[in-house]
Amino acid sequence: MPNRHPMIDRMKQIAADVASKHAPDVDRHARFPVETLAALRAEKALSAAVPEEFGGAGMGLRDLAAMCAALGQGCGASSMVLAMHHIQVGCIARHGAHSAYFQDYMRGLVEHQWLLASMTSEVGTYGDTRSSICAVDIAGDRFTLNKDATTGSYCGHADGILVTCRRTAESPASDQVLVLVKKDDYTLTQTSTWDPLGMRGTVSPGFKLESSGHVDQIIPGSYADSSAVTMVPYSHVLWAGLWSGIAADAVSRASAVVRAEARKRIGETPPSAILLARVSQDLQSMRHNWQQVAAEFDEISADAGRREELTTMNWALRFNQLKCACSEAGPRIVHQALQIAGLMGYKNDSPFSVGRHYRDLLSASLMVSNERIAAKSASLLLVVKDD
Amino acid sequence: MSSKEQQDESIRQILAEHGRLAAPASSIARDAELSAHGLTSHATVNVMLALEEHFGIEFPDQMLTRGVFTSIATIQAAVEKLVDAG
Repeated sequence: MPNRHPMIDRMKQIAADVASKHAPDVDRHARFPVETLAALRAEKALSAAVPEEFGGAGMGLRDLAAMCAALGQGCGASSMVLAMHHIQVGCIARHGAHSAYFQDYMRGLVEHQWLLASMTSEVGTYGDTRSSICAVDIAGDRFTLNKDATTGSYCGHADGILVTCRRTAESPASDQVLVLVKKDDYTLTQTSTWDPLGMRGTVSPGFKLESSGHVDQIIPGSYADSSAVTMVPYSHVLWAGLWSGIAADAVSRASAVVRAEARKRIGETPPSAILLARVSQDLQSMRHNWQQVAAEFDEISADAGRREELTTMNWALRFNQLKCACSEAGPRIVHQALQIAGLMGYKNDSPFSVGRHYRDLLSASLMVSNERIAAKSASLLLVVKDD
Repeated sequence: MSSKEQQDESIRQILAEHGRLAAPASSIARDAELSAHGLTSHATVNVMLALEEHFGIEFPDQMLTRGVFTSIATIQAAVEKLVDAG
């Protein structure tokens, strides 16, 4: 295994010292984790995905996912915010690196530690992120862009938003571009409430966006490409990373209960230790799944001649399968952890509580619905031969 | 009609039937981006199945890329290559 980036250890520290301390309050009040974000900014963690040539840490996908896993052990919602931010920065770094505008924007992001959110959902597209109704309207070198989004994770707390939309008012729904809109140039009107089961700190109600900007803020190329080569791979790997972090914290709480029991009856292996052995095995599979996919992704990304490989259906299938497998493993692992921790894990006010972990991880199969992904995989398997 | 012209026409017919394009497949320029005419990744799978059936070919996995399905011209280049190899 290559050397760990020092940023990953700093995330562990933030998870332990800041994120985990505020997580219960963030969860209870469904509020944005401002304390964790301040700590991330102080560590310049928000520019971890910015290439070194523009002043960032230049971390690859595997290290970024390890960051999310580390932070996820302290607070799942904080880690989801970090993951979603990395996804947006990844899109800019990988698709805007030849644009003078985005080069400057990345330097600014390093300096000011801007937080980036996204708006890919839309009223009327029924969760299909690869189609848009709204379109970017260009006049001269300026554009206006208005969108009615069903979900806008932490949009109310961001410094900029990447918005999917049709390329022109005449374009078909699937001919999309990605547009960066900046805080000073948009207004948001909240259109729904936010009181979900878990991931409450992401503060993701619906919003109506009204924005304008310079045409340079449109990411070059098509969203079809940035989605396949960056948005989907980053989303699925980083989410899997943070889900494994949440699951790992639940398992660690369960194992603390087992250890306490073992210390009372030295010489006897507590029956719950067998369950711990089982769940530990599932956690390892979950971790190795995203680690391996991320390592191969980084290897391909490092070689400009191989980038096209990421657009093969084989890779689309792998990212789909990673997402479905890890989103299903997460809640299963916490469920097992709960059986081990027993009532100590069931009580919300116990130090061994896994309630928040469980609720947070129930979102995993729903954000980009596993049913939709499985249908896509089923269709891909009609032509992919695995040869 | 040359075999090249026949291929072009068959590809257009398959696109018309399975591509769910916003414009008639017969009127699309050979080099025009099909995604700009509404070809989605889901529709691409159906187009591919129909091409495999019609031409008696199989796309190997390394050819299952968006690059191959960029335009009618790129599809035809791929089909030709596979027909010749078969």
